[in-house]
Amino acid sequence: MQFGVFTVGDVTVDPTTGREPTEHERIKAMVTLALKAEEVGLDVFAAGEHHNPPFVPSSPTTMLGHIAARTERLLLSTATTLITTNDPVKIAEDYAMLQHLADGRVDLMMGRGNTGPVYPWFGKDIRAGIPLAIENYELLRRLWREDVVDWKGRYRTPLQSFTATPRPLDGVPPFVWHGSIRSPEIAEQAAYYGDGFFHNHIFWPKEHTQRMVALYRQRFEHYGHGSADQAIVGLGGQVFMRRNSQDAVREFRPYFDNAPVYGHGPSLEEFTTETPLTVGSPQQVIDRTLGFRDYVGDYQRQLFLIDHAGLPLKTVLEQMDLLGEEVVPVLRKEFASMRPAHVPDAPTHASLVAAAGGGKDSTVHAVDDVTGKAPEVAR
Amino acid sequence: MTHRTLAVVSAGLSQPSSTRLLADQLAAATRDELARRGHEVELRVVDLREYAHDVVNNMLTGFPPTALREAIDAVTGADGIIAVTPIFSASYNGLFKSFFDVLDSGSLVDRPVLIGATGGTARHSLALEHAVRPMFSYLRAVVVPTAVFAAPEDWSDGTADGALRGRIRRAAGELADQVERRPPASGPADPFALTTDFLQMLDRGGDATVS
Repeated sequence: MQFGVFTVGDVTVDPTTGREPTEHERIKAMVTLALKAEEVGLDVFAAGEHHNPPFVPSSPTTMLGHIAARTERLLLSTATTLITTNDPVKIAEDYAMLQHLADGRVDLMMGRGNTGPVYPWFGKDIRAGIPLAIENYELLRRLWREDVVDWKGRYRTPLQSFTATPRPLDGVPPFVWHGSIRSPEIAEQAAYYGDGFFHNHIFWPKEHTQRMVALYRQRFEHYGHGSADQAIVGLGGQVFMRRNSQDAVREFRPYFDNAPVYGHGPSLEEFTTETPLTVGSPQQVIDRTLGFRDYVGDYQRQLFLIDHAGLPLKTVLEQMDLLGEEVVPVLRKEFASMRPAHVPDAPTHASLVAAAGGGKDSTVHAVDDVTGKAPEVAR
Repeated sequence: MTHRTLAVVSAGLSQPSSTRLLADQLAAATRDELARRGHEVELRVVDLREYAHDVVNNMLTGFPPTALREAIDAVTGADGIIAVTPIFSASYNGLFKSFFDVLDSGSLVDRPVLIGATGGTARHSLALEHAVRPMFSYLRAVVVPTAVFAAPEDWSDGTADGALRGRIRRAAGELADQVERRPPASGPADPFALTTDFLQMLDRGGDATVS
């Protein structure tokens, strides 16, 4: 099972000091978080994508490419990549490039984005969110799997004899997850392709997660990718820890009360009851997290959100130490001991290459338009 | 004989509340009318005052806390709805509107609704027609023709009597008619139900199903 962190990249005032970080500080803090994830033994770092303040990560592959150069084994992912407003051609190019630079330590999570005004900035309409996600992703898959693509759809200009470069590393596209909170169509999409399904599992009651994962598993089996319990499931989660649970509650409360999304609404106690948020000791986080399995089954990836709502970097790094030293080692052992042998791990580049019968260079070499001759290449 | 459920939504803020009193009388009259026609009626009362914090939390977080979820399910899964609000500043009060604002869109389509209101003077009575009825029309609910307004003079001897009693009976009969002509409700809609499959979605192209 993979454990990691995902970050929204919000620039938020620290409510205890009134200080708001600069974009520069926030961007550097996200990089520090990623490096720390590798240092403390986590497996995955995933960055959000946003195109409006107060968020900084508009350019995920720039940041992930930088992190790739400064890490050795950390898997880089997204949470989420906007499959609706991004051009699928650009996603194919950017993430294939990242895949090469990171030597395969890359996967992606597709999401639609729920901010209405963002869509028209990119020439799209939020009311077509699902059809955009369906059409764009179908094209993205073809761009990664077919060297030359002829294509015509409803939402972008047609393609004739188009080759997305670079070709995926070893001829194997990155693994893809699809994230959705409550759109059954997206669970269906993930199931159809045999891709992963990820549930945000932060801001919502666990029943949302339970229903969506159950639907995805059922349809995964329906489409013949394996049994329902072999489907590839990822969950988010939100925690704040101190050795002493009362200290955790006291310290986190002002951040909770003023947080984007749920701040100034329910109390910390109400939200902890109604959603998977856990504020307390490392042992409480371990117990709650192990309980996720009771309603989604054995799953493959657990990502924690720990750096939002204006929490200072120093505090976030202390959280990372607790995660890496006390929480994740226990979770790894406990989840592994409960998992039946036929439930797979989340695919990685290595496992996908092995499943494809080994890696092969898939470079498409330019052909002279007039003579039809290709240059001599080293094969 | 069928089993029918009536959801009774009251947005009265004081306790005791004349809004709740009117709601109870509308509910009793409708129940009696349906019982007279041979139906077994279950009343589910949703006093919105008890959910005021939850309704605001739902607006801020996007999901209803458990207690409010159950109240919403009671309303959206009922065979008929009796919805009563005090009139504030020439319209429904904010709590009443907020509750209907957090329902999933489409959850009251073709649902029979009896609307009622209370106010400090009979001059507020048309608020039912210019504010409450259009809101339910927008939600594509079926609002019965008689809307019942109770002014202070209607309660003057402590019980509903005379003209108010007559309007309540007429409105209850209209709601019973609407409930009776529909099959029993199958409960609240399941927002997670898959209503399509992937190949259909691929073919359908731009026909948006936004959820």
